[in-house]
Amino acid sequence: MPNVTLTIDGRQVTVPAGTTVLEAAREAGIFIPTLCHDPLLPGWGACRLCVVEIPGMRNLPASCVTPVAEGMVVYTASEAVIEARRTIIDLLLSNHPMDCLTCEKNGDCRLQDYAFLYGVRQPSFKGEKKNYPLDDSNPYIVRDLNKCILCGRCVRTCQAVPERAVIDFGYRGFNTKVVTAMDTPLGDSSCVYCGRCVAVCPVGALTYKPLAGKGRTWEVEKRPVTCTFCESGCAFDLVVKNGRVIGVMAKEPGPGRPLCLKGRLGLELLYVEEPLKPMLKKDGQFVPVSWAEALGLESILDRMKKVEGKEGR
Amino acid sequence: MTNPISDIEGADFILAIGTNTTETHPIIGLKVKKAVRHGATLVVVDPRETEVARLAHRHLRLRPGTDIALLNALAHVIIEEGLYNREFVESRTEGFEDLKEVVARYTPEYAAEITGIDAATIREVARGYAKAQNATILYTMGVTQHICGTHNVFAIANLAMLCGHIGKPYSGVNPLRGQNNVQGACDMGALPNVLTGYQSVVSEEVRRKFAVAWGVEALPEKPGLTVGEMIEAAGRGEIRAMYIMGENPVLSDPDAEHVVHALEKLDFLVVQDIFLTETARLADVVLPAASFAEKDGTFTNTERRVQRVRKAIEPVGQAKPDWEIICLVATAMGYPMSYGSPAEIMAEIARLTPSYGGISYERLEKGSLVWPCPAPDHPGTPRLHVEKFARGLGKFHPVEYVPPHEQPDAEYPLVLNTGRRLHHYHTGTMTMRTGALEKHYNQEYLEINPADAARLGIADGERVRVVSRRGQVEVTARVTEVVPPGMVFTSFHFPEVAINKLTNPVRDPVAKIPELKVCAVRVEKIA
Amino acid sequence: MAEVTLTIDGRQVTVPAGSTILEAARAAGVFIPTLCHDPELSLWGGCRLCVVEVPGMRNLPAACVTPAAEGMVVYTASPAVIEARKTILQLLLANHPMDCLTCGRNGDCRLQDYAYMYGVRQAGFAGERHQYPLEEDNPFIVRDLNKCILCGKCVRACAEIQGNYVVDFAYRGFNTKIAPAMDTTLAGSNCVFCGNCVAVCPVGALQEKHLRSAVRTWEVKKVRTVCPYCGTGCTIELNVKDGRVVGVTSTDGEVNGRALCAKGRFGYGFIHHPERLTRPLIKKNGVFEEATWEEAVSLVAEKLAAVKREYGPDAVGVLASARCTNEENYLLSKFARAVLGTNNIDHCARL
Ligand code: SF4
Ligand code: SF4
Ligand code: SF4
Ligand code: SF4
Ligand code: SF4
Ligand code: FES
Repeated sequence: MPNVTLTIDGRQVTVPAGTTVLEAAREAGIFIPTLCHDPLLPGWGACRLCVVEIPGMRNLPASCVTPVAEGMVVYTASEAVIEARRTIIDLLLSNHPMDCLTCEKNGDCRLQDYAFLYGVRQPSFKGEKKNYPLDDSNPYIVRDLNKCILCGRCVRTCQAVPERAVIDFGYRGFNTKVVTAMDTPLGDSSCVYCGRCVAVCPVGALTYKPLAGKGRTWEVEKRPVTCTFCESGCAFDLVVKNGRVIGVMAKEPGPGRPLCLKGRLGLELLYVEEPLKPMLKKDGQFVPVSWAEALGLESILDRMKKVEGKEGR
Repeated sequence: MTNPISDIEGADFILAIGTNTTETHPIIGLKVKKAVRHGATLVVVDPRETEVARLAHRHLRLRPGTDIALLNALAHVIIEEGLYNREFVESRTEGFEDLKEVVARYTPEYAAEITGIDAATIREVARGYAKAQNATILYTMGVTQHICGTHNVFAIANLAMLCGHIGKPYSGVNPLRGQNNVQGACDMGALPNVLTGYQSVVSEEVRRKFAVAWGVEALPEKPGLTVGEMIEAAGRGEIRAMYIMGENPVLSDPDAEHVVHALEKLDFLVVQDIFLTETARLADVVLPAASFAEKDGTFTNTERRVQRVRKAIEPVGQAKPDWEIICLVATAMGYPMSYGSPAEIMAEIARLTPSYGGISYERLEKGSLVWPCPAPDHPGTPRLHVEKFARGLGKFHPVEYVPPHEQPDAEYPLVLNTGRRLHHYHTGTMTMRTGALEKHYNQEYLEINPADAARLGIADGERVRVVSRRGQVEVTARVTEVVPPGMVFTSFHFPEVAINKLTNPVRDPVAKIPELKVCAVRVEKIA
Repeated sequence: MAEVTLTIDGRQVTVPAGSTILEAARAAGVFIPTLCHDPELSLWGGCRLCVVEVPGMRNLPAACVTPAAEGMVVYTASPAVIEARKTILQLLLANHPMDCLTCGRNGDCRLQDYAYMYGVRQAGFAGERHQYPLEEDNPFIVRDLNKCILCGKCVRACAEIQGNYVVDFAYRGFNTKIAPAMDTTLAGSNCVFCGNCVAVCPVGALQEKHLRSAVRTWEVKKVRTVCPYCGTGCTIELNVKDGRVVGVTSTDGEVNGRALCAKGRFGYGFIHHPERLTRPLIKKNGVFEEATWEEAVSLVAEKLAAVKREYGPDAVGVLASARCTNEENYLLSKFARAVLGTNNIDHCARL
């Protein structure tokens, strides 16, 4: 592929044609904040936090969806750019619950990181706040849609596994939200609790229930492990606090890697010192089941084949 | 110090001589304040009304440089009234009769004439000190930076021995060292007459031990020159090259213009520092050194506590830790020197230095150690002289009062005293570049008494010129009662107020400490 | 000394008579949360978060001020105790800005720790809020009294550790606040900016200005070392992020405890000052030029050797440093004596 050379913040960068400005900047070690961008998924360009200034272009383009061009000049931190980012964060915060005090994501939250970085202390707009009830209808994933910034990463990652597509955007305008098929709680949907969405959510809208109240992000350390229950070799993180493994979480999903509940439960049994009893849905109700039932090798494979529609994916 | 810092809290009588403790040693100052809150009596001897002087029950504002007269008078009263500790004097000391004879002349009335402190107060303080359960003496450069600095220290020791206020908890004689590793630099033999642990270069045996360890034929036996003597020798062309590591004598040493002159005369000057200091500017080669945050090592504090300095970050730019630089230069001069880490250097120090013999990085990881610490299983020695003095019996060294070298006269009618400020440090190399301290205390002042100011027609905040026989500086006046009439005061922190251009390089003949605390000046209003 | 034995959460604990229940619990490794208590400061008993249940006693006593007694039975986590703690936290939060998002103490805040621990998510009572302006008119300390929980630790630290009595409680009731005399700012008071009040503040009401606006608490690595200034030798912790020293905090120093002076706590900025020397310099025709280490070191070696050859070793003088480490002073002494062959080595000890 031919290369193009552009100038980012005064530095010459040469990248293959077709690269986005964001990728080119990261290549060159230049920081651009993102919220909705997911390197594994096609460009989206919705949150606009990644805007940059490119003289000659109208407005400030979103770098994650703007392809590089020969001779292009890019400023990633000009006054206009910083101002735009501040406004975006300000708007996001204006209908965000100021809940970091006890939020499970506190300390590992992109919205918080960028608010601190750009010095947005309090929203200047007193926006209407949402008041969705907490969805903790299932034993694995807690959804707090009041904290959702509608970046769509969960939707896109869930849809990346064919036939899962459990969640999508619903409604419009201020009422836009991420919903299951009939806008039911997750516990009543076809969700398989693989935790892909939890792994990619940049804020505290999706969190892992078995770890709720067990430790703050700065108290725990994550140690990567690879699941060996099937040949997909999905990546998980052991969550370690004071030297004890307190839980297992899905790591950012790899391309095509399905992640699955049983893999995660299996790892919990292997590593967690006091694993919670596994829960499976039977007749529409979550009930505790034996580890044998939760992990029976045959049933894992059967179920996976059925869900995925293919083998060895 | 003979005692740990923590002992100060337990004293019931504190005699602080020439120490602006709460500003120069703030944390030690806290212990003094705490002792006072718990009922200890505090007596401060200082011409200036410092913060600690304001806390004192008695503030003795003596005339600068008259400490010996005062200390001898205290001893006089204690002997005359039979308040001294007979048992201690008999069993642990020698030379009492000599002391008695010398101090006999120093009646409180006689001392009052010299010091300006009334006789009744002298008597009262003498009684208080002698009768205290635990009395401790603190002093700093207000005592030592005089032509009679060594004698001042003897006079202090005499007093403590007389009352047996030494060699036990909460009592003692405690010089507070100004810079964070002065103690360590001395311990390590960065002195012209001793090797590590004060082992004399004059001793054949000591030299042989070190020569063998260092793999050389022989070591020089003639004691070397002190800083001031080196500068003078440089001025005369006898010293032709200098290697200066992390010091800034242009600002810190007396008679700065002479120092500059002398350094300029050198054939070759190499300076190793973290900033291009006033001294480094004169160098032929400047080597960039790592700061304390960028290297491993140890510092020894004023109570002889050896503590670990830990590397937190990589050296900035191409800077290197001083120990690595020394190894490079030594190696380039044909003496291969290389160490894997400072821990290895400490192991070598421990092998050669009895008082550091038991100190290793392994032990320091678990906590600090106070030397003497002669063996790996020795716990360290926070209190000195407990059973006996290092030399056996403690010897009284009677001393006589001599006036400061330079007395005010018609042309230079005021006494200049110099010192430190709470928010700054030494020549300001570090504290002027913190982004905080220099914003808070951003300008130096000359403290001048209202009486003198009125006479000279100087108002608070006006610019003045201070002139001595050696040089002059311009500075803003602060009219304040903190200094007594006849005295002016400022610090040496600010390069733009390089007060050491004025100070007198005349030295105490024994310790070679310059008389920075007293010189004659005049102050002129700048029109 | 006499001892007493009591039972805490079913465990027998023996402690010296006169110990408080809190001390006894800590000795036994039983956790009790505290906000206003500090082992280095005088007893206070103001926040009541440390309440415990002692059958036979009226109400729930505060563990930090209640002496342990022989045969006493203590429950540190009974439902009544937990309920009381939740209520206290709710009341504190009712009047607290929900500002952890960007608060400099986020991640190292006792109020936050306990809110999380006891699952107090939001204030149950929407209380009236203070609207104090942020005080940042000095280069060291930021005071945000909206976050102050009136634990009084700063008041006691200033009086009992620093001995300065700068701040105290002022006004009454809802308007109670911590203030210097005449309700000025710290900059207008006789505060010496030791920051010893900041070191004990359990929340974000008192913060180190540069440190807390530069990094989040969980991003820093703390390195225990010794203050580079006076000869007291206080222990400091360098706070490091991405290879840069971003601040200093105090810890359990052997000499100083948590106390520091303004130099030790706020005097670290020189480390990354743009004027730091970063390359060897050689003066050519009166002007410094950057050089490589090889060039500079060989020039030094050559010149020193030449002077030694021509005028003898005593024509060289060496100054060591009271600001360098022991190891470095030792090596320079070794260099002077074994390599140069002179005893002309000294440092500015006398200044
Ligand atoms: S999602 Fe982030 S910003 Fe929102 S409450 Fe949680 S930690 Fe704070
Ligand atoms: S003081 Fe604590 S609870 Fe309050 S905003 Fe700061 S971190 Fe949050
Ligand atoms: S900084 Fe020090 S002097 Fe100032 S209020 Fe705090 S404790 Fe008191
Ligand atoms: S400022 Fe901090 S230490 Fe002082 S009373 Fe308020 S919360 Fe307590
Ligand atoms: S913190 Fe202050 S008192 Fe302590 S060593 Fe540093 S300069 Fe000295
Ligand atoms: S900690 Fe006991 S009352 Fe505050």
